Amino acid sequence: MKANIRKIATFVEETQTEMGRKIDPPTRRAAAVAVIENPFAGKFVEDLSDLMTIGEELGELLTERAVAALGIAAHTAESYGKAAAVGENGEIEHAAAILHPKLGAPVRKVLGKGAALIPSSKKRGGLGLVLDIPLGHKDAAFVRSHFDGMEVRISDAPRANEIMVAIAVTDSGRPLPRVGGLSKEQIKGEDGLR
Amino acid sequence: MPEVHIRKKLTVVEEIFHERGPAPAAPLRRAACLVVIRNPYAGQYVSDIAGFMDDLKPLGLEMARALVQNLGGDPKVVEGYGKGAIVGSAGELEHGALWHVPGGYGMREVLGGAKAIVASTKKVGGPGTRLDVPITHINASYVRSHFDAMEIGIADSPRADEILLALVMTTGARIHARVGGLKASEVKGEDGLR
Repeated sequence: MKANIRKIATFVEETQTEMGRKIDPPTRRAAAVAVIENPFAGKFVEDLSDLMTIGEELGELLTERAVAALGIAAHTAESYGKAAAVGENGEIEHAAAILHPKLGAPVRKVLGKGAALIPSSKKRGGLGLVLDIPLGHKDAAFVRSHFDGMEVRISDAPRANEIMVAIAVTDSGRPLPRVGGLSKEQIKGEDGLR
Repeated sequence: MPEVHIRKKLTVVEEIFHERGPAPAAPLRRAACLVVIRNPYAGQYVSDIAGFMDDLKPLGLEMARALVQNLGGDPKVVEGYGKGAIVGSAGELEHGALWHVPGGYGMREVLGGAKAIVASTKKVGGPGTRLDVPITHINASYVRSHFDAMEIGIADSPRADEILLALVMTTGARIHARVGGLKASEVKGEDGLR
């Protein structure tokens, strides 16, 4: 089953200064969010494989949109994250079906790598729901400078029978990171953790 | 006059395919450019502030260009526009009014002399305040199909001593516009109204 997409929104955020300090180069992150029809709204359906297929489709589409919005070469992306918000007539499990079984492979294909788990969040709610997409380094989950989150919101979504699906991609970590931990220069990139 | 200090920028692009009615051949696209600057007048009453409008003109131009770029690069596709400002809590509403001239100037320059007044709104508020930026047709304010609005905001902006400036452009009518009134095809384009 193909996704019935009502709208796609992209967000690009660039931070140039923080507490009067220049961020050079500025930190930049993008999110691409699709608002789709939930084919299983209002009923219990045992087999969620149609939503898994939709997850695969959106994994590719939204990652490409986010990278294009950043205007970077896909392989230079540094961190990523994913999230979904289900409208009131759906189940949290619908978000899980989109996000977890098949969405990750095309994300990694577009970015060229991505050994680390893609951090995720999900919720159910009404229109204008705020979605906080967790972010982590794409090759080593323990890179502390890249633990972050990006807030997205679309005032008219999700409607009761809709699902919002979001993918965020960055070319950098937090502005002015200074709480130690593994740095991106120390990444071995073998196990997805360090 | 004061310098323009930018902390961060956010670009939002929405592509709307349908709203559960018949999908038009081309989706509607709406883009917003948000820039968070330091409010040079925060925390005090300054009587002579009008000079800051000139200082903001290059930023207005840059934001208008960025919007056209985000809508595909051709200014001819732009049919609707609007602008807005959110002043942080240590400022006054009048500081938001400083955006009227440079915001409108920037968009008219880039769009080649749009005739209609730029619809606008502003408020004083804290971080995360949302603003519904009104949108009307660029050459004739009475074009009913193009009356629209785009909700914008940034979770961490504006701080008390900041101003969030916004410009919005769209590529056409509401996605299923059908409530009559003056049509875009009937615009005379002489007085900015009809």
